[in-house]
Amino acid sequence: MADRPAVESIEQHNLALQHHFVNMEQQRNAASLGMWLFLATEIMFFGGLFCSYLIYRYWYPNEFAIASRALSLPIGTVNTAVLICSSLTVALSVRAAQVGQRKMLVILLLLTMLFGLTFLGVKGYEWHDEYERHHVPGLAFNISDLTAEYPQIHIDPVHTQLFFALYFAMTGLHALHMIIGVGLFCFITFYAWKGHYGPDYHTPLENSGLYWHFVDIVWIYLFPLLYLIDRHPLK
Amino acid sequence: MATATTIVAERENYLNKEFGIRSWLLTTDHKRIALLYLIWITFFFFIGGFYALLIRLELLTPAGDLVQSDTYNKLFSMHGQVMIFFFLIPSIPAVLGNFLVPMMIGAKDLAFPRINLLSWYLLVVSGILMLHAMMLGGVDTGWTFYTPFSTAFSNSHVIEAGVSIFIAGFSSILTGLNFVVTIHRMRAPGMTWGRLPLFIWAHYATSIIQLLGTPVLAVTLLLVVADRAANMGIFDATRGGDPLLFQHLFWFYSHPAVYIMILPSMGVINEVITCFSRKRVFGYAFVAFASIAIAVLGFLVWAHHMFVAGISLYSALIFSLLSYSVAVPSAIKVFNWTATMYKGSIQYNTPLLYALGFIGLFTMGGMTGLFLACLGIDVHVTDTYFVIAHFHYIMVGGAVMGYLAGIHFWWPKISGRMYPEGWGRLAALIVFIGFNLTFFPQFILGYLGMPRRYWQYPPEFQVLNVLSTAGSTILAVGYVLPMIYLLWSMRYGKIADENPWRAAGLEWTTASPPPTTNFEETPVVTWEAYNYDEIDAPQQEVKVGG
Repeated sequence: MADRPAVESIEQHNLALQHHFVNMEQQRNAASLGMWLFLATEIMFFGGLFCSYLIYRYWYPNEFAIASRALSLPIGTVNTAVLICSSLTVALSVRAAQVGQRKMLVILLLLTMLFGLTFLGVKGYEWHDEYERHHVPGLAFNISDLTAEYPQIHIDPVHTQLFFALYFAMTGLHALHMIIGVGLFCFITFYAWKGHYGPDYHTPLENSGLYWHFVDIVWIYLFPLLYLIDRHPLK
Repeated sequence: MATATTIVAERENYLNKEFGIRSWLLTTDHKRIALLYLIWITFFFFIGGFYALLIRLELLTPAGDLVQSDTYNKLFSMHGQVMIFFFLIPSIPAVLGNFLVPMMIGAKDLAFPRINLLSWYLLVVSGILMLHAMMLGGVDTGWTFYTPFSTAFSNSHVIEAGVSIFIAGFSSILTGLNFVVTIHRMRAPGMTWGRLPLFIWAHYATSIIQLLGTPVLAVTLLLVVADRAANMGIFDATRGGDPLLFQHLFWFYSHPAVYIMILPSMGVINEVITCFSRKRVFGYAFVAFASIAIAVLGFLVWAHHMFVAGISLYSALIFSLLSYSVAVPSAIKVFNWTATMYKGSIQYNTPLLYALGFIGLFTMGGMTGLFLACLGIDVHVTDTYFVIAHFHYIMVGGAVMGYLAGIHFWWPKISGRMYPEGWGRLAALIVFIGFNLTFFPQFILGYLGMPRRYWQYPPEFQVLNVLSTAGSTILAVGYVLPMIYLLWSMRYGKIADENPWRAAGLEWTTASPPPTTNFEETPVVTWEAYNYDEIDAPQQEVKVGG
């Protein structure tokens, strides 16, 4: 395993190498495997919610279709675009670290956080809108504004609450992950600004990037599930 | 203490390197964290045990005289939650695994020492929350949090307990994550997968379950809390929600959780049986892959907890069949342990007594598991004491026996002292007798139809219940004894040399107690696991033990 001479690794990386690793390569591989495993646990975490959503959607297709029309397609689309941009800036920031452009790295990280905060702001606006329209289950829930638009379709308004319960659970947990991600990038940006990350060592940046991409991918699934299915005019 | 027996007492090791409370609470040494876990979970073990004794005391008589139904509901709920989430799940992985996984593979520490410490703190925070919930009055939902009772009807502290277990889950996830990364990335030169001790394979399989199962429990508990706190109605049948969905999600974790408890125990048994039989384990590869097979199959059997809950007959049939399949790798292990002992030169030291107890009790627990996997019998005995007896044979007769075997086996390594062998054997015997007296009558009670979770019962069940209560007091003595003599031995026990059992395994090649970095220099492995023929061959003149 340790085929690299130990002296070389000590000379090159003695600052970041922790005592229990043989060399930087082992340390980097361990950190990266750890992050991938953590993301696997996250898939299971969101998986429970996706599973519940799919089952209820299958049971109550009309209720879910009508309820999902309460969500604003333009806002959702814009937010998706914002998030994809943030993934791009993260990917570019890793590249900037690899080629040693410190200034570019910091700018890209700041942009990432800006996109992230934009997403959260827009999401907060959406939630507030839903609150005002009484679409939050448990808080004077009332869906009559939507059902009135489709008098020809028989639905049970009670079941539309399930859509919103899962909508808030899923987007809420996703937003929580975004907040954690932005918090993470505060530290990463600070250390990047101090010049900790360069071509030799940028594992924390890379792993935070992985986490950020994962959070994006969750949204890439949430967006069609919540916003896009059955958007065509109901008969 | 400056006597002739402590010539090398000043040698620096992980225990005497630093002193003071800070050096423990801020340590990143896996061995010290293991001891922090040991203290914390022992505390919870005795709390859970106290609840168990109160339950047995109430069931001494048919009438509800010690406590009434509400209190009784809380007693068994708290007993279950404390024992499962605060003792059994962390027991072997977080204590023995934490201590031994890096040492067995020749590493200086786990891959993420600070995350390791974090996971202990998460368990502490969740434990304090749980204690607080208990002081407010506890939870009466059973350990299973079944909806809609937990979300809409229970008047107990479901939210706090739910949040507590949510946090405990992350402690478990992080431990599992640390183990998988460590086993993949930190092995010493020459420590190939085929040379890993089976303890490591068992922990690898356990960690996979912790990683993939626990997040589902976490999100499920979160939905229960949301249902209860914010009235979201996700599991509320009156609003189209499905209580059965809760059960599916809950058991998706909580059945594999049984294997989180038993697999590490099996790992301990491998080490103990081979050492005290002086033989290489029979069928290494089969035992190793049996652990993985149990972890994988364990994810496909959860709905056997729901046979009478209203799932479709066809899915019940399939889950019944799949449940039987877990018996195959489990039986492979039992047969291979037996075959390992065959023609071995056996020494009946305390760890082996516990291990033999494990094999017998686990076999009974496993066989009665087949009864329960069978649809027809399960319908008859669902929610009776038969089920209680079955899973206590697995979790107490299996997991706790394995835990005690391991604690005794590695005690010289952990503390640098020998435990008193005579007291050890006596305690092992008391535990075995007390256990059987407690739980065997419950098989009969269950088969006769005594339901679980009631504080009263018809008078004709009294004799068997008295036997069971009597057994539980014996069992309690058996559990208190090791705590006393192990604490005693930390100061007065015989000094242990680096390998008192002449056991195979890298952890025995370093000093007892080990130095902070585990090994003076990174070992290079050139031998197969359990090479007892090589260990014993050249030095037959060395006499060890009685």
